[in-house]
Amino acid sequence: MSRKLLFEHIATPGIRGLEGYRANGGYRSVEKALRTMSPEAVLEEVKKSGLRGRGGAGFPTGLKWSFLAKPEGVPRYLVVNADESEPGTFKDRYLMERIPHMLIEGMITSSFAMGAHTSYIYIRGEYFCRPDHRTSDAEARAAGWLGKNILGSGFDHEIHVQVGAGAYICGEETALLESLEGKRGNPRIKPPFPAVMGLYNCPTVVNNVETIAAVVPIVNDGGEEYAKIGIGKSAGTKLISAGGNVKRPGVYEIDLGITCDEFINSDEYCGGVEGRAFKAVVPGGSSVPIIPYELFLKTATGESRLMTYESLADGGFATGTMMGSGGFYAYNDAQCIVRSTWNHARFYSHESCGQCSPCREGTGWMEKILHRLEHGEGRSEDIDLLWDVQRKIEGNTICPLGDAAAWPVASAIRHFRDEFEYHIRFPQKVKDPKHFEKEPFARNPKFATA
Amino acid sequence: MPKVTIDGVMIEVPEGTTILQAARMIGERNKADRHVVPPAMCYYTNLKTSGGYCRSCLVKVSKGSDRDPRPMPKPVASCRTNVMDGMEVQNTTSPELLDARKGVVEFLLINHPLDCPICDQAGECHLQDLSYENGTEASRYEFERRTFVPIDIGDTIKLHMTRCILCYRCVKVADQITDGRVHGVINRGDVSEISTYIQNAVDNDFSGNMIDVCPVGALTDRTFRFASRVWFTKPEDAHRSCERCSGRVVLWLKGNEVLRVTGRKDQWGEVKEFICNTCRFEKKDLADWKVEGPRHIDRHSVIGQGHYELETKQQLLKAPAPNVPELVRNKELKER
Repeated sequence: MSRKLLFEHIATPGIRGLEGYRANGGYRSVEKALRTMSPEAVLEEVKKSGLRGRGGAGFPTGLKWSFLAKPEGVPRYLVVNADESEPGTFKDRYLMERIPHMLIEGMITSSFAMGAHTSYIYIRGEYFCRPDHRTSDAEARAAGWLGKNILGSGFDHEIHVQVGAGAYICGEETALLESLEGKRGNPRIKPPFPAVMGLYNCPTVVNNVETIAAVVPIVNDGGEEYAKIGIGKSAGTKLISAGGNVKRPGVYEIDLGITCDEFINSDEYCGGVEGRAFKAVVPGGSSVPIIPYELFLKTATGESRLMTYESLADGGFATGTMMGSGGFYAYNDAQCIVRSTWNHARFYSHESCGQCSPCREGTGWMEKILHRLEHGEGRSEDIDLLWDVQRKIEGNTICPLGDAAAWPVASAIRHFRDEFEYHIRFPQKVKDPKHFEKEPFARNPKFATA
Repeated sequence: MPKVTIDGVMIEVPEGTTILQAARMIGERNKADRHVVPPAMCYYTNLKTSGGYCRSCLVKVSKGSDRDPRPMPKPVASCRTNVMDGMEVQNTTSPELLDARKGVVEFLLINHPLDCPICDQAGECHLQDLSYENGTEASRYEFERRTFVPIDIGDTIKLHMTRCILCYRCVKVADQITDGRVHGVINRGDVSEISTYIQNAVDNDFSGNMIDVCPVGALTDRTFRFASRVWFTKPEDAHRSCERCSGRVVLWLKGNEVLRVTGRKDQWGEVKEFICNTCRFEKKDLADWKVEGPRHIDRHSVIGQGHYELETKQQLLKAPAPNVPELVRNKELKER
């Protein structure tokens, strides 16, 4: 049974309103930080907690905050990245819809640590929790949690809710900042990093919703207490949004360090698969490499895999994958990996901002090749061509979207090459969109672990 | 001052120099070392924040600096990466980098129409040079290419979006040199396009410089369209006194007829002094200009194949040819 730090009161009636939230211990961290702690002390607690960015990259949060440049007379900003658009990820939305005040509380406390007097929530355009958030902001302001001289501490803070227009690329931190400034959401070329030149050319920290929410229990209970959960550098709890062919899809808060087997098969979490066998798993949202079910349970060296940043990445891209943003989804044996890869490629092609050439042209090209393969018009050279195209996108682009587009394609070919070959060999069979439903694909054992 | 080594050639450069600039300094110092200069399709020295988009100038940093000798994990855009003391860079000496660049060229070409035979830019096109020097002989792309309808942006500029490689140079010109920008990029991904807001005409004294900065034939001069292939014209340096700009231009002549006026491009294909639209589009009479002499095209371009420089010299030595302007002859003879 995992501890619930973020979701402790998620089912409590009235938790969405300020009164219900306050009655269940809400805004305690603000009181504690502003009344009894210095900004440095809050930062120290976050550093001690070992909290890592929950948006996908897993960069240590305390370290990121400490990089924030602090020139005299220049404002600093905290920007919360709520542009959660990764296919398969819906944890932030759940948190924002159910406990909107938790994010606001985390933002006030975090901003206090950074010395930021203005913070922004950049919410994805398709998320309809945004009016709620404006209400919650107003509630918090009316109750004196926002505005001038909060709790008589002399600390001023304002939160602005900004709605995106529905572009995946605006989840990339520098594209998000451009969009927030009212420009076209194109990623910036780094360096300079946002910690030095971010929003309106001022030092800025961009953090994920879950990261900022996790600051609340860290300040309340102390960083050391938080660091006790988890294994090694993967500390604390993580929200995982589970979907796909699992019995119990939903958002789960897990202790980092539970086994993958427990997560996917125990009734507390995903509850296994209905009636069929699992084929493959994407553990962290669509941009992380897909891996076969067997490799998800056990690493290439035969150890059981754990839900931690390190263990999921064990074996590199050859046999491992990544924690990503926690958008977990599993495939049963009726699913076609080629179809799913095509779907991913279509998404990335649609969402590429068009700024740099490998991603702009390459994602479209991959989508067309995969479309051809999936619809029974594939050619024998297509697999190698696809491999070469993804290889030339990866690492050559401005922002990580190019990598995110290349990895699913690369991993699908790496682990499921036989399925691609099947599509070329039996074009008539794959013209039926549900081609593996009646007759699950029998995997060639040669590819089972390769 | 930081010392940087590019493909084994060392140079000392001022703080804040980019790898590309350092490489160009090496190339300017010694022509034999010009192979160290990476190609650049979107970077433009005179335009702030340009560069980083096309990825053709990618280089491999095999040693970060003396202080931190770790290599950089990914290829970096040389036009946007500053040199560090002791940095070692590989351009043509790294096979995997050349392979990555091949990929970039292929990507730039998959949606390019390759309509060079009817394109005004042919012969002075950077994409032609890039693909000739760094590309493969054939494309593996077999799908339909994306196309757009050509539009007029103003009386003088034609936009062939189909040919565009989205280098953003013209957007930076519109942003930084002209005021009241109505020109930018709309849509995203491989259907993003350069456009003026609901086809507003670009109406500004310096808008014509968009044509000069365009590395391909996406933006062409409507007063020159289909008038001649560039290699049949003869470039001459010329100037006039102009209130708005420096008035220092290149005239592209056919006989005594001024077919086109452009800015003066340096050996890296960049205009250093932007010129105004009056000089560019309205002064199409040789009498408006003081001709200085033949322009040396410092690229292995097909334009040089016309031997116009040699021709002019010979004509000057022999009997004066009727088509050589009086002005040229006087000036050249005076210098002799």
